[in-house]
Amino acid sequence: MSDTRPGAVEIARRVAARETSAEAVTREHLDRIAERDAGLEAFLTVTADRALAQAKRVDAALAGGAAPGPLAGVPVAVKDLLDIEGVVTTCGSRMLEGYRPPFTATAVARLEAAGAIVVGKTNMDEFAMGSSTENSAYKVTRNPWDRARVPGGSSGGSAVAVSTGMAALALGTDTGGSIRQPAALCGIVGLKPTYGRVSRYGVVAFASSLDQVGPLGRTVEDVALAARAICGIDTADATSAQVEVPDFRAALAAGAAGLRVGVPWSFLEKGVDAGVMAAFRRALTDLEAAGTRTVEVTLPHAPHAVATYYIVATAEASSNLARFDGVRYGLRVPAADLQGMYGETRDRGFGAEVKRRIILGTFVLSAGYYDAYYLRAQQVRTLIRRDFEGAFRQCEVVAMPTTPTPAFRIGEKTADPLQMYLEDIFTVPANLAGIPGLSLPGGFVDGLPVGIQLLGRPFDEATLLRIGHAYQQRTRHHLQEPPENSDSRG
Amino acid sequence: MPPVTVETVDHVARLARLSLTAEERETFARQLDQVLAYAESIQALDTTGVEPMSHAAARETFREDVPRPCLPRDAALAAAPDAEDGLFRVPRVLGG
Repeated sequence: MSDTRPGAVEIARRVAARETSAEAVTREHLDRIAERDAGLEAFLTVTADRALAQAKRVDAALAGGAAPGPLAGVPVAVKDLLDIEGVVTTCGSRMLEGYRPPFTATAVARLEAAGAIVVGKTNMDEFAMGSSTENSAYKVTRNPWDRARVPGGSSGGSAVAVSTGMAALALGTDTGGSIRQPAALCGIVGLKPTYGRVSRYGVVAFASSLDQVGPLGRTVEDVALAARAICGIDTADATSAQVEVPDFRAALAAGAAGLRVGVPWSFLEKGVDAGVMAAFRRALTDLEAAGTRTVEVTLPHAPHAVATYYIVATAEASSNLARFDGVRYGLRVPAADLQGMYGETRDRGFGAEVKRRIILGTFVLSAGYYDAYYLRAQQVRTLIRRDFEGAFRQCEVVAMPTTPTPAFRIGEKTADPLQMYLEDIFTVPANLAGIPGLSLPGGFVDGLPVGIQLLGRPFDEATLLRIGHAYQQRTRHHLQEPPENSDSRG
Repeated sequence: MPPVTVETVDHVARLARLSLTAEERETFARQLDQVLAYAESIQALDTTGVEPMSHAAARETFREDVPRPCLPRDAALAAAPDAEDGLFRVPRVLGG
């Protein structure tokens, strides 16, 4: 790890050893944001004053003899749909322009309790609906490896902040791949924990049965450290699970030897870029060198995952987004009566993709279509989950590329929503099944990063991280840095 | 399934309390039709006797049913576009 971009583990070590201070580290990262974010546009809000105050508190506690937190002084970027009391949370939407929530998300509170310093809130597709961060109402975030391309989404700002060293770690949310896909396209590590692992309290809801908070970092070790801090039961979220949280970082030492990696070859036959497929095959060879055994598995219903996902997720979104009605928070467009106020507020406040999904979601739930679409999709969801249960009888993890292609060009898919949705083919199955997924930097295709994805049994993030760490011990993809001045290659 | 028409989108938009422009209605009708045509693939699957899966939580976690402090009224009202006497204020609901 180069000294210009120390990772979370190294920063926490230096701060704990008093080799540097949380304040100095925070200032370095705020300077880097000021220097680098113009043109990349990862951040919607930089919380400089709050970050420095927090850093001084961490330093004062250490000076007073307090035990250092596991993330002491580590700068973290937070996707702009996790609430922080008093800090503007927009969800990338005009609907919430200027909204200051009165509470803090549990995942953010836990990072801060571990000593982390929030340096800002990151850009995203509006209400997390998108795979490119082009759906933000505020600005387009650019891929640091090629600024003519998207960083992925919806947690695109978080992925860019980490890949360029503006933050050592970031929080994202993953409803259908929104952590793993941008991590892959920006060349970093992203973990979607098991559904129920991380509290959703203080996270603006998109699709409640699929949403999960998770960390992005440059190494598996950094991500393991962050995951340990944010996972665990929270009485403020009835779906958070009472399952013991292991010391993920300590678990890495166990290595990957003897573990079976299942590959659903028939699912990968069509539509995968040749370069991505070649990188994936090389990764399997690298993993075998680390002691894993590759076996074939089948996921017969996985080809139906995108159709299933876009019915289930939009149905839930249409219900969740009913709360944005101009009454309690956010935008209100005045009208003569209440119905008019609802309609005008929602038309003006939501962008095109959000409206499209509300329309689709309302349609599949409406009388006459519920059984054919929503109920049917929920049944196929069961079949997809059973596919994974079957696969995990033959292996500890399932591997596949994170995305079918490297980063696409800005504007390339905006006119055709279905093409954009198909980008999610390899990430949505994990959300439907509720299982954990890890995306690892898996090399480059024509200078653009591609991701290798590992999917695991429920609550077995530790095995994903073990294999991921073993992979990073043998590869150097995660050590590559995007160019400081990456002008478009056209 | 019959193709999605502008009238379908109108109906659904009313249910969703969305006022759409004429252009939006036409665009969404075309795109909704495309997405639903793609989603037709799941109609061919045999789902006889398959339980629908509504969420992925292993089990719900309930806290003790005891009173505890909640968000103070002022904090809850602070972000409201319009509030009066501790209440959210909205335009006329009934009549005219």
